[in-house]
Amino acid sequence: MNKLLKKSLLWPLAAVAAIGFLSVGCSSNGEFGSSSDAAEKVYVAPGEHDEFYGFFSGGYNGQLGVYGLPSGRHIYTIPVFSQTPTNGYGYSEETKSMLQTTDGFVPWGDAHHPELSQTDGETDGRWVFMNENNTPRVARVGLDEFKTQEIIEIPNSAGNHASSFVTPNTEYVSAATRFSIPMDEKNMENMDVSIDSYKENFKGTISFIKVSDKGKMNIDFQIMMPGFNYDLSHAGKGPSHGWSFFTSYNSEEANTMLEINASRNDKDYIAAINWEKAAEYAKQGKGKMMPGKHYRNYIDHEEGGVAKSEVIEKVRVLDPRKLEGIVYFLPTPKSPHGVDVDPTGQYIAAGGKLSTVIPVHSFAKMEEAIENKDFEGKEQGIPVLNYDSILHGEVENPGLGPLHTEFDGKGYAYTTAFISSEIVKWDIETAEVVDRIDVYYSPGHLMIPGGDSQNPDGKYLVALNKITKDRYLPTGPEMFHSAQLIDISGDKMKLLLDFPTEGEPHYAQAITADKVKERQKRFYEIDDNNHPRATKSEKEARVERDGNEVHVYMTTIRSHFAPDNIEGIKVGDEVYFHVTNLEQDWDVPHGFAVKGANTSELLIMPGETLTLKWEPKKPGVVPFYCTDFCSALHQEMQGYVRVSPENSDTPISYGTGE
Amino acid sequence: MNTQISKITGLIVLTMALLIGCGKSSDSEKDSTDSEEEKQELTDFEMTNGIGPVDEEITIEEIDTELAKEGMRVFDMKCGACHKLDKRYVGPPLGGVMNARTPAYVMNMILNPEEMLKKHPVAKSVGSEYPTRMTNQQLTREKARAVVEYLAQESQ
Ligand SMILES: [Cu+2]
Repeated sequence: MNKLLKKSLLWPLAAVAAIGFLSVGCSSNGEFGSSSDAAEKVYVAPGEHDEFYGFFSGGYNGQLGVYGLPSGRHIYTIPVFSQTPTNGYGYSEETKSMLQTTDGFVPWGDAHHPELSQTDGETDGRWVFMNENNTPRVARVGLDEFKTQEIIEIPNSAGNHASSFVTPNTEYVSAATRFSIPMDEKNMENMDVSIDSYKENFKGTISFIKVSDKGKMNIDFQIMMPGFNYDLSHAGKGPSHGWSFFTSYNSEEANTMLEINASRNDKDYIAAINWEKAAEYAKQGKGKMMPGKHYRNYIDHEEGGVAKSEVIEKVRVLDPRKLEGIVYFLPTPKSPHGVDVDPTGQYIAAGGKLSTVIPVHSFAKMEEAIENKDFEGKEQGIPVLNYDSILHGEVENPGLGPLHTEFDGKGYAYTTAFISSEIVKWDIETAEVVDRIDVYYSPGHLMIPGGDSQNPDGKYLVALNKITKDRYLPTGPEMFHSAQLIDISGDKMKLLLDFPTEGEPHYAQAITADKVKERQKRFYEIDDNNHPRATKSEKEARVERDGNEVHVYMTTIRSHFAPDNIEGIKVGDEVYFHVTNLEQDWDVPHGFAVKGANTSELLIMPGETLTLKWEPKKPGVVPFYCTDFCSALHQEMQGYVRVSPENSDTPISYGTGE
Repeated sequence: MNTQISKITGLIVLTMALLIGCGKSSDSEKDSTDSEEEKQELTDFEMTNGIGPVDEEITIEEIDTELAKEGMRVFDMKCGACHKLDKRYVGPPLGGVMNARTPAYVMNMILNPEEMLKKHPVAKSVGSEYPTRMTNQQLTREKARAVVEYLAQESQ
């Protein structure tokens, strides 16, 4: 024992590794998941930083989870499509416009695919884009602030699933409809028709959102597509730069019991879109400007940090039946789900959910087939290429239910097999399986840092498993989804770590921490605060009445509010607390909560102004306080508002420290 | 298996206890020697002008009223929530501060409050009279200089 103890002091890492090893050995699962050096490989010492930032979509929580890799530590959650009590996102007057749509205020979203911006085919650490499936939207999150900076609605779309994938220089973010809907071709309007008129009336669209140098998004054009379901996408790169690939299923155009009726055809399609050519057509004014009302909401700190909404009425629609050369169909077995382009840009792999092989198309052969008009026919006016002419190879025995593929940059591809719960590694050139590893259980997407770019960091792989069952302490009928970190640095994949994730991550992406870390904003310079209701010094703190609207211009600093005593508020008033945090120190936000508010608290970053709307309903004296433990005297950070009856004549008065 | 697990648990507990033990003792050792050593380390210049980025004497002869005006604006925005000129507030009153301290001292206090409160005997003793510690408000050197001009004007 003494000897052991001495050893462990000399090599604490080795001791941790040994403990990890032994406790895994004792697990009730029986499976021997982890190798003896696993603990050491994922161990990030206290105070040290992870090598990678991982961005995991939150699925039905509508948010973006940030995890450190390899530790699997949850470091942050960025509110995107859902109102968030943590900081008042979507509740505060400054942020609620971010969730405005043509269906009104939508406080929840279903977030699926985060995608890092790229420059020259490499992740660059500027932004993460993410799609919302239910109310078609795409968000842009700024990695300088870790905040959602823009959300654009996608018109003429229902179910924005095949989104938000970027082109190699973030020229475009693409978005395609999961659900086709009946669309009147003259005005793109949803139609009141019988659902079983599907084949006749239903249509899909694929949208290309242009991204400016500063990140501003606008829909450059939409392509009208047959009424299939569009599922996933990835952009071409290198030789295939200028193209994007979208999987589709339900080429049967079924409208009921899809699990049977959309699985009849041997093959569905990958739609290959020549976006470069389509963009040229758009630039020449081809296609038609059509109704396509949608919101663009953005929040810019330099413009005061108050979200602004603009409504755009029209959108350019291109018809591939009339504009030659922008869409081709690549026949692909059995309801393909993922479509992934390898780092060299030569090969396009598809995951046919019900297929027994992974088909890999060759971009060079595809180009040749287009050149030679080697078509097996047309589908609703769109040329269908010959499967045998464009095939690079079929990966045999890839596990059951292949879904998604990522790449390590060393010539290998990794595909999730949902039904057989495994990850299969295969050689891209030979299309042969070289390794496989069990995961627990039922992986959907998988992720390798930079794994869909031209320059992957092929060190780790994360499996995003859909079913958790016995992996952690049970928590009732539902458990957090389980992510698993796998070492892919050697020939054999090695399972290193399980970690739970919030919501339901669909896809995730990761980037080396160095590309993000140094660009972090630590506070907002108070002198540059352009908020129209900012209070830039305690001297300016005040309360103003304007009819039944009362504006409280309030400041915070450790550990007091100014003003902290307010009188003259009446039942029936609309009170706006515009709270400016005068701190200029990293990680010192103050909170603001007032009893009886029907929204959430605010969490105000140093140098920022946020507004809480409060409508007092009962006379009395009501406390407010700081919700963020900001200093030793945080508990003293409080104040009172006196609320008088509606018809009283208590004058407005206020003060601090008098 | 059971004995093996309890041995391992024991090992973890012991290892942690010892590691934490080590961390604590080295910390408190540092704390107890800190003040003694660092007081002796302060130079005469630092005793008069503080510790921080301002390492040369600054003299103010005639008040530059333009600069003092900018200083007042910055003071109100970045300092005024805690300091009043005429009374004790979150921090000490500053109406006469330039009669008691040098411009460089005040600038170092603004630009480097963490280190000043930890190491400078004068700052430490003033700080101990107030429950809230002075924070860094991220002024540039130019802005701190302007604030000092304003405080000098108010100290006349
Ligand atoms: Cu506080």
